[in-house]
Amino acid sequence: MKLIGQKLSVERGEDLIFSDLSFNVSSGEALIIRGPNGAGKSTLLRAIANLLPLLSGELTVEDPDKEFGETEFPQLCHYLGHDNAMKPAMSVGENLVFWQKFAGQPHLDIEEALEMVGLSGLDSVPYAHLSTGQRRRIGIARLLVSYRPVWLLDEPTSGLDTPSQSQFEALMKVHLEDGGLIIAATHIPLDIGTFKELIFDGFVRETAP
Amino acid sequence: MIALLKRDLSLALRSGGGAVTALLFYLAVVVAMPFAIGPNTQLLATIGGATLWIGALLAGLLGLERLFQGDYEDGTLDQMMLMGGPLPAQVFAKCVAHWLVTGLPLTLSVPVFGLFLGMEGVAIQASMATLLVGTPAISFIGAVGAAVTVSLQRGGLLLSVLVLPLCIPVLIFGVGAVRAAVTDPDPFLPPFLLVISLSLFFAVIGPFGAALALRQGND
Repeated sequence: MKLIGQKLSVERGEDLIFSDLSFNVSSGEALIIRGPNGAGKSTLLRAIANLLPLLSGELTVEDPDKEFGETEFPQLCHYLGHDNAMKPAMSVGENLVFWQKFAGQPHLDIEEALEMVGLSGLDSVPYAHLSTGQRRRIGIARLLVSYRPVWLLDEPTSGLDTPSQSQFEALMKVHLEDGGLIIAATHIPLDIGTFKELIFDGFVRETAP
Repeated sequence: MIALLKRDLSLALRSGGGAVTALLFYLAVVVAMPFAIGPNTQLLATIGGATLWIGALLAGLLGLERLFQGDYEDGTLDQMMLMGGPLPAQVFAKCVAHWLVTGLPLTLSVPVFGLFLGMEGVAIQASMATLLVGTPAISFIGAVGAAVTVSLQRGGLLLSVLVLPLCIPVLIFGVGAVRAAVTDPDPFLPPFLLVISLSLFFAVIGPFGAALALRQGND
């Protein structure tokens, strides 16, 4: 699968956030979006997820082997935004079970997913009792309980300590090796092998890996 | 969709959920009425149907503000748009959940509250019947208002202002049917069927309107 963005422009209110932005990512590749605060990294991710309308330009998905059939692109995506989409009143396990049922295509068990993010045994704890970093790790566990080939990550490591950060980098690597595709906006250097970079600095340019 | 319905139900029944609060608020409105009107049982019984309907309308509005706001704040709404299938279907599920924890308990409590107001048996039955078919309309109309005000910090007041006028037709025919049930020559069925048709009408267009407003408001 290959995702191609051509000459994308997005407007929020009356402000043009970025224009004429082009990129392409294929299965097994990661695209890291960098740039200062307010440059439009989150906006781009939300536009790719179809949560914001495009002013102009085109997002196309090339899927020559018809691996994903007729599924629409947003349905192939996991989006991890600033918020983790968990209900404080429910336990960690209940939250994850809900997302697994809601998203379909179960991948890992709740227990396994929690183990992957280093929080095994916490499934009966209310989500409200967790720390910021732990909440983020539950957010990451949500990516694991249902399978989606495309991960759209917005500052995925915010609130994570160094060990959990490397744990997450390992999870990202595994996802890429399995033929997944990652587009992430982050400030922190990520150790996930080679990746493409998209740099916002007044004008937008793309660098080769 | 079923998962969403179940989750909303379980959230509403926990601490901080709106289910019990709405019922208590309904009780407060109904009990306050005799204090305002005075101890004239005849009058109380006459306006009993109207009191029950006004109370249900206000209690129904109470939890509406939070219908989408919680999901908007914690990022769940983004996920619903991204991978939950058609958004109107999900809005429909959330409305059904809202009705199950507000409209339905309010309807079921009518026999008790009707006695407080000294209403006759027939009037109580008619009130229950009209509320049963009329309260879904409040949830579906309210969903549109809740979707429009989702990104506002204090949207509750604006929501009520937007939603109440739209609920007036349901109120007119609902109360009209209750009155017709006790006053003899007036037929009960025509206004009752109109209430049903209003509920069905809003059950169809409400979710689509709300989904449209949510898409526009979520940026």
